[in-house]
Amino acid sequence: MSLNYMVPVSKFKRYLPKDYVELVDYGPFGKEFSEVGTKNMGKYKELVEEHPMCSGCWMAYYIKIIFASLPNPEHTVTIGTAGCGRLAISQAAVPFIYGNYGDQNAMASGITRAFRLRFPDQQKDVITIAGDGGMMDIGFSMTMHAWFRGEKFTTIMLDNEVYGNTGGQESGMSIKGAVLKMSPKGKNFNKMPAMQLAITAGCVYVVKMSPTNINKAAKAIRRAIFAARELGPTFIHAYTSCNIEYSIPTPDVFKDAQEMAKGRFAFEEFMTDEAKDLFTVVEAKKKKEVS
Amino acid sequence: MSKKITVGPVGYMPQSAPSMGVELSPEGKALLYGNIVEEEEAMRDAAKALLTMDNPTIFPGPMVLWDWRDDVAEKSAAILDLASEIPNCKIIPMPDYRPKYPKIDVKAEINPNHPNLTILDNKIKACVFIGVHCHYANLTLRMIRAGTACYTVAMCAEMGHEEAMASIRDVHAADVLRFRDIIIEVRNELGIEYTTTMPPENPSLPKEDWGALTPSDYGEYRSLIMSKKGEHVTAVE
Repeated sequence: MSLNYMVPVSKFKRYLPKDYVELVDYGPFGKEFSEVGTKNMGKYKELVEEHPMCSGCWMAYYIKIIFASLPNPEHTVTIGTAGCGRLAISQAAVPFIYGNYGDQNAMASGITRAFRLRFPDQQKDVITIAGDGGMMDIGFSMTMHAWFRGEKFTTIMLDNEVYGNTGGQESGMSIKGAVLKMSPKGKNFNKMPAMQLAITAGCVYVVKMSPTNINKAAKAIRRAIFAARELGPTFIHAYTSCNIEYSIPTPDVFKDAQEMAKGRFAFEEFMTDEAKDLFTVVEAKKKKEVS
Repeated sequence: MSKKITVGPVGYMPQSAPSMGVELSPEGKALLYGNIVEEEEAMRDAAKALLTMDNPTIFPGPMVLWDWRDDVAEKSAAILDLASEIPNCKIIPMPDYRPKYPKIDVKAEINPNHPNLTILDNKIKACVFIGVHCHYANLTLRMIRAGTACYTVAMCAEMGHEEAMASIRDVHAADVLRFRDIIIEVRNELGIEYTTTMPPENPSLPKEDWGALTPSDYGEYRSLIMSKKGEHVTAVE
């Protein structure tokens, strides 16, 4: 939770495993986004590399983008819950807190408030990353109430439209008629309107997307984090297919994401006027710094 | 002295030390096999174990590996001094507590979620935990007692650990150096001849001399670093 945690005691550096030495020497800690970030992925030691996700998992890819987009990884905490996603999130070189199923946004509320009291001069970013089940079904009340209270942290929903980790049950985010292994008759109800719920509940920045464009995805994540620091809750609803439960052949996972980007996950961005003003300032400042 | 906490393996899901009546030692005292004893007695028994059992290893945790506070460097230097006085001692770090999937490198690190893998693979029969946060140390020590035949020493900066065979509390740099002196003393008593040697560095660190590599060392990727026909590369790193 500070840059000092990433600096080994000099005498112990030769006893650290290679992975950690590389993170210290070539990792993104304390560096500018232009030096590391999504545009340079593969050229530096990334925060999450090995993971136990399935071959072709689009969620694992998006999680890599999330971690490559962090403005201040040394001052970030992620909070997750049960599901496929946390297997990769918990392996990232960023402090991770595992919430009981669904309570990640309640925990994030407390942690955000505690950070603001404990470190009034240092911006700490809190990000909850959970699946559609953890966020919109079982964690629904805690997600909504965190938004209603205007808690200043970022919520990212990895929507694979199914309970992929437990064998393919329908979730609130599955589309109507979806036939899954554990719902063989097809789902009877509509997909929940997560984006509209977030806007109604008071999120200042909301994005729905299928993350096929890395830079666009990174921009949305960074905007969500910047807005959460200053203004209020932010929400990203990202399509991260489950190629196992939806039987998408691995080579077609990207094609499926592209089709979603034209369909029900077409890019939508909502921001309040205050958020718009903030982005104008933040992004102009960054351009000036780069030039 | 009856031994309440003994070297394992005591089996899957062992009864926890507190439920067996083991209490944390008061200030100035230590725990040895679950009994409250003088610090020196616990240190001498731990020293004997480290000097006589196979593959003694020190497991430094994140609190002594990372330079997060001003006093860490002093304590870390003392730990290395201690390691250098134990014959054949290795240092295997626990840099953080993340679970390691799909597989941990057991030669390079130890993890609190499956410490038995590192201990069994390296055939470690005596070890010291230092600089590990207490809640993870408790978990780790109990797992080691459950599944391995390893003598555990907990050098804790707080109140110590019931699950360790020897638990010394309120350990700071000066206490580590005191333990080092006791190790030298016991070593001399046992008649072990030894010259101070630093433990070997982490085996996962690269040994290659990158300057001496040829394109053939890159195997199937050599085409990526060799110029194409007619291509003239002028820019080099």
